[in-house]
Amino acid sequence: MQTIPPATELIQQLVAQLRPHVMPATVLVGIHTGGVWVAESLHAALGLTTPLASIDVSFHRDDHHLGNGLRAGGRISHLPEDVEGAHLILVDDVLYTGRTIRAALNELFDYGRPARVDLAVLVDRGGRELPIAATWCAYTLSKPLPASQSFNLQRDANGQLSFSLGEK
Amino acid sequence: MNNPQLNSHGELIHLLSLDGLPRDILHGILDRAEPFTAVAEREVKKVPLLRGKSVFNLFFENSTRTRTTFEIAAKRLSADVINLNINTSSAAKGESLLDTVDNLAAMQADMFVVRHASSGAPYLIARHLAATQRSHIHVVNAGDGRHAHPTQGLLDMYTIRHYKGDFTRLSVAVVGDILHSRVARSQLHALATLGVPDIRLVGPKTLLPTAAIQMIDNAPLRVCHDLADGLRGVDVVMMLRLQNERMQGALLPSPQEYYKSYGLTADKLALAKPDAIVMHPGPMNRGIEIDSAVADGKQAVILPQVTFGIAVRMAVMSMLAGGSQ
Repeated sequence: MQTIPPATELIQQLVAQLRPHVMPATVLVGIHTGGVWVAESLHAALGLTTPLASIDVSFHRDDHHLGNGLRAGGRISHLPEDVEGAHLILVDDVLYTGRTIRAALNELFDYGRPARVDLAVLVDRGGRELPIAATWCAYTLSKPLPASQSFNLQRDANGQLSFSLGEK
Repeated sequence: MNNPQLNSHGELIHLLSLDGLPRDILHGILDRAEPFTAVAEREVKKVPLLRGKSVFNLFFENSTRTRTTFEIAAKRLSADVINLNINTSSAAKGESLLDTVDNLAAMQADMFVVRHASSGAPYLIARHLAATQRSHIHVVNAGDGRHAHPTQGLLDMYTIRHYKGDFTRLSVAVVGDILHSRVARSQLHALATLGVPDIRLVGPKTLLPTAAIQMIDNAPLRVCHDLADGLRGVDVVMMLRLQNERMQGALLPSPQEYYKSYGLTADKLALAKPDAIVMHPGPMNRGIEIDSAVADGKQAVILPQVTFGIAVRMAVMSMLAGGSQ
């Protein structure tokens, strides 16, 4: 069993990694749902003045036709007025197969052509199925988690973030 | 109970009627429709959920608005849409309904959107597909006879939820030609299932038989033959179109008489709550069931209904094609 540092600690590490790279016009885009929580923390810690954006990937999931369906609780993406030419940083809690990031990129491009898109994640759990890598990652597991395990960020009633590891 | 609309996991595979669909499925459709309302605001008004699927619009009865909104919904989901106006096609040459369906199924159809003058036609198609092991082809009822128009009922519920929120505290009046209206039947099933505690059916005796009260088991329905009674204190007024084309015999003295007694004017609307919304499924007969001042007034949400209708149809088609976890 690998020990993973607390989520709050990882957020601080990610802030330190991001700080030299954020420009005044940089926009953070949290991926629903865990990624939005992380993006909120990063946005506050980095003192960004651009509005925080969010993205829902339901419309671009690649398993819709496999009967995985359109999940309830889909959100509306809130992206900047002008995606065209923007510097965007996609933010997610866990990087796994890469399929969510692929879907998020497709969703983004429905709004325009950004100048640059980076990816910041708290934890890379391994198990990639697509050629996708994070620009910044606070913690990479030494050994990929088996597919039978779920690994998610959770937020309690007080807004505290923590990771939960369990069997699917 | 065997509901042909649901598979063994309780997932929606066809949308034939709102009768028999439980509250959580209705709310599930409305919830899923919400993100689709934003698709029209994007640079690219298309999402790929139905990419590579073929949707056949089978319209055995004329309709411009419903067919167009289904077509837009399917196209925004990236489906290929084939429109067939059967009036001017094979049926006119004598082909039977099921032969038409078999031919189109042989063209690898994934979904049929069916409008038919006979009640039950979409059921017949769904049963035929099941009996011939082709349940992977989905059927959406776009209006059958006097029976049901489920996507209209759903878009109406979406509109009510958008403006009024909680269904369980609302008074709703459905006004007009209830006898001939498949829209009214779908609305009433949905209102009852969603827990509206006060549903009033308003119209003349000839278009609203007292027996209508038994239309839906255990629903809090009240029949009002007086418009003022029906509108007093309601949150939502749902107008129906006077269906001249479905009326045989003298059910009404004249359109003018009808307007005098049941036409929605600003004076009559003043009896409802000040923030009541006015809905109409279209097409409107101005000066017969609704006055222009009301139809174009502040309380009317008739055009938003049309916009929401596209999002609701997108949600329904995506749920059918992709399942609904």
